[in-house]
Amino acid sequence: MSNTKQNTNNDKVEITPDLKLFIDEWKDKPGNLIMVLHRVQETYGYIPRSITFDVAALLEVPLAKIYGVLTFYNFFKTEKPGRNIIQVCMGTACYLRGGDDIMEELEKQLGIGVNGTTKDNEFSLEAVRCLGCCGLAPVVVINGDVHGKISSNDVAGLLKTYREKESVTA
Amino acid sequence: MAFKNYLLVCGGTACDSSKGIELTDELRKEIDAAGLKDDVQIVRTGCLGFCEKGPIVKVLPEDTFYVSVKPEDAKELVQEHLVKGRIVDRLLYNHEQGKSLVTVEGIDFYQKQFRIVLRNCGVIDPDKIDDYIARDGYAGLEKALFEMTPEQVIDEVSRSGLRGRGGAGFPTGKKWSFAAAQPKGEKYMVCNADEGDPGAYMDRSTLEGDPHSVLEAMAIAGYAIGASKGYIYIRAEYPLAIRRLETAIEAAREYGLLGEKILNSDFDFDIELRLGAGAFVCGEETALLASIEGNRGMPRPRPPFPAVKGLWDKPTVINNVETLANIPVIISKGADWFNKIGTADTRGTKVFALTGKVNNTGLIEVPMGTTLREIIFEIGGGIKDGREFKAAQTGGPSGGIIPREFLDTPIDFGSLSKIGSIMGSGGLIVMDDTDCIIDIAKFYLEFTVDESCGKCSPCRIGGRKLQNYLSRISDGRGQLKDIENMQKISEAMTRASLCGLGQTASNPVQSSLKYFMDEYLEHINDRKCRAGKCKKLITYTITDKCIGCTVCTRHCPVAAITGTVKEKHVINQARCIKCGICYEKCKFDAITRS
Ligand SMILES: Cc1cc2nc3c(=O)[nH]c(=O)nc-3n(C[C@H](O)[C@H](O)[C@H](O)COP(=O)(O)O)c2cc1C
Ligand code: SF4
Ligand code: SF4
Ligand code: FES
Ligand code: FES
Repeated sequence: MSNTKQNTNNDKVEITPDLKLFIDEWKDKPGNLIMVLHRVQETYGYIPRSITFDVAALLEVPLAKIYGVLTFYNFFKTEKPGRNIIQVCMGTACYLRGGDDIMEELEKQLGIGVNGTTKDNEFSLEAVRCLGCCGLAPVVVINGDVHGKISSNDVAGLLKTYREKESVTA
Repeated sequence: MAFKNYLLVCGGTACDSSKGIELTDELRKEIDAAGLKDDVQIVRTGCLGFCEKGPIVKVLPEDTFYVSVKPEDAKELVQEHLVKGRIVDRLLYNHEQGKSLVTVEGIDFYQKQFRIVLRNCGVIDPDKIDDYIARDGYAGLEKALFEMTPEQVIDEVSRSGLRGRGGAGFPTGKKWSFAAAQPKGEKYMVCNADEGDPGAYMDRSTLEGDPHSVLEAMAIAGYAIGASKGYIYIRAEYPLAIRRLETAIEAAREYGLLGEKILNSDFDFDIELRLGAGAFVCGEETALLASIEGNRGMPRPRPPFPAVKGLWDKPTVINNVETLANIPVIISKGADWFNKIGTADTRGTKVFALTGKVNNTGLIEVPMGTTLREIIFEIGGGIKDGREFKAAQTGGPSGGIIPREFLDTPIDFGSLSKIGSIMGSGGLIVMDDTDCIIDIAKFYLEFTVDESCGKCSPCRIGGRKLQNYLSRISDGRGQLKDIENMQKISEAMTRASLCGLGQTASNPVQSSLKYFMDEYLEHINDRKCRAGKCKKLITYTITDKCIGCTVCTRHCPVAAITGTVKEKHVINQARCIKCGICYEKCKFDAITRS
């Protein structure tokens, strides 16, 4: 949609010492790749392309294998997300209680689709499956905070709150 | 040190996100301010089940049960209850109805429940191993190691009649005996905590509320089958459960309950966590193993079964979280205690995540054989907003839609499969007359199509076809022959798919065709959706109640409404995009939806 940021994941990103240490620690354990990718995403918020080259070299696995795994799992992101990450639950309980209306409203107000990031880099929109608090359906999670029992009328207020919040990391 | 009072504050995910953390801080502050620091102990427990009414605070020893407690209520609760010994009536359950209930005695939600799996959830602090031990924790492991041979452990589990709670209901004792029968050497014990059914959170709550019960069970299983290494494969989407497990594993190692020479016996066993990464198919056991091995999570044909050739080609037992949580109790109380609970088909209890259109949503545990009616109308308190029950779905995307006529079916593995559904892992979703069966079936198919790994064509192509037919029908473009085609595709998928995902993906379609054919026909022949859910089939019309206020004209995003002030307005049906805004905005109920 119109407000979607076009992104390409080509920046060179330096590998952090912590990450390097983690990879060394896991290097000889069988089945380490997914755990390493989790750590990469934890470190950068997504999986930077240049880091996959480092991981390939350090773990001595082909890049193709890394991308094969990376693209199979929904959890891994290959694009850098916006400053605020909005996750709308699309599990059954939330769907029955109007999760799709909330998603629609968010798409409308942000002018982006699912998995999009706004041009100003303020918001990314994601759909997730059941966050395990179905008792609060419908549920939206913003930067890890759970907002339960919300309606499409709450959307504007939520966006305003997060837009105005100082960035935690920057 | 004994305290005068204990405040059990729910620290489950749902309560935490309803300001449960701020509430705990406030309570702590107020307790300090009142000088009660040495008399009152705050315990942050796991989910008490009644998340709908969270955050929940229970005061011991009186057992007072406070619901929907907000941080602002902390002062009154401390001052009134703890200082003056007076119950805060306005925070009790059912206060608004003038029928306040002081303890869980009498609250419908807790009647008929029987807790084995959730025995410690909402009772102990999951981060304190001593709390678990104080409630007979690790007694089962001790008994197994020092009083029983591995064969006797397996025999006990077999005699208990326990069947796997991950969905398929395979007898647990039998599964263990297959792996035990393999030649000695490296073997693995894996716990499946991938919980993929969207709309279910039984395993999450168990792990968050009582992580040691799963660790203890894995050690017992390891001893029984001869494995010294265990893995817990857990969804990355469950950060709190992961943290609690990490804490629990550390504590168990420190106490000599995991690691080398457990409790000074000759048995070594340790556990590692492996994170899932958002793929439903990885709940399937062979895909799960591929994922632990660091590969794409694709299923492979069985046999060979994992018990023979599993993780890194070694014999491996995979059990679900809930299955495992039963084990310590079975060992310490004995098979004969356990196998008196439940039905002949399925012994024990089942945990359900009761959600959808019921008044009391939450996490419940009932003996097998409880009927859907008891669960939905007694524990669940009936349908929300006094509406009408339409159907229930068990087993999530792999399950079937169950109509009203089967409300009195006693639930167990056998009875549910007889009526075209499955037990599944414990999602129980209730629908009312505003839910459209075709829309629900479409929702599930969208899910399975999205999650199909794509390895085999019946699932990859068949699922997409079914989804397309359902979309067509819901858009009002369906044809009668679509029904027959859907039936054929469903059957092919069930028979020819490689793994359980594809084999069961058509269940929502097959069961809805069986029990709700009239709704399909209505959508196809009359282009009508009686629930008003299928947007393209709705028509909005303005009736004579219209006084010509022009509100609707101003809000319609596509200028489909015309009319002059103080005269009746009309909707141009060809332009209308059925957004429903006019319907919501009209203050005179002059717009109808059909
Ligand atoms: C598509 C698919 C998804 C599954 N998801 C889960 C799951 O999330 N959790 C689980 O315990 N079992 C799941 N299972 C069942 C497992 O394959 C396996 O039968 C189960 O973990 C065995 O444990 P149990 O005998 O204790 O039930 C799934 C099966 C299929 C086919
Ligand atoms: S049935 Fe579906 S999920 Fe299972 S192997 Fe085939 S394509 Fe993959
Ligand atoms: S439903 Fe929406 S598009 Fe149709 S007339 Fe009403 S406001 Fe306009
Ligand atoms: S379905 Fe949304 S939290 Fe479970
Ligand atoms: S999370 Fe508190 S009752 Fe469920």
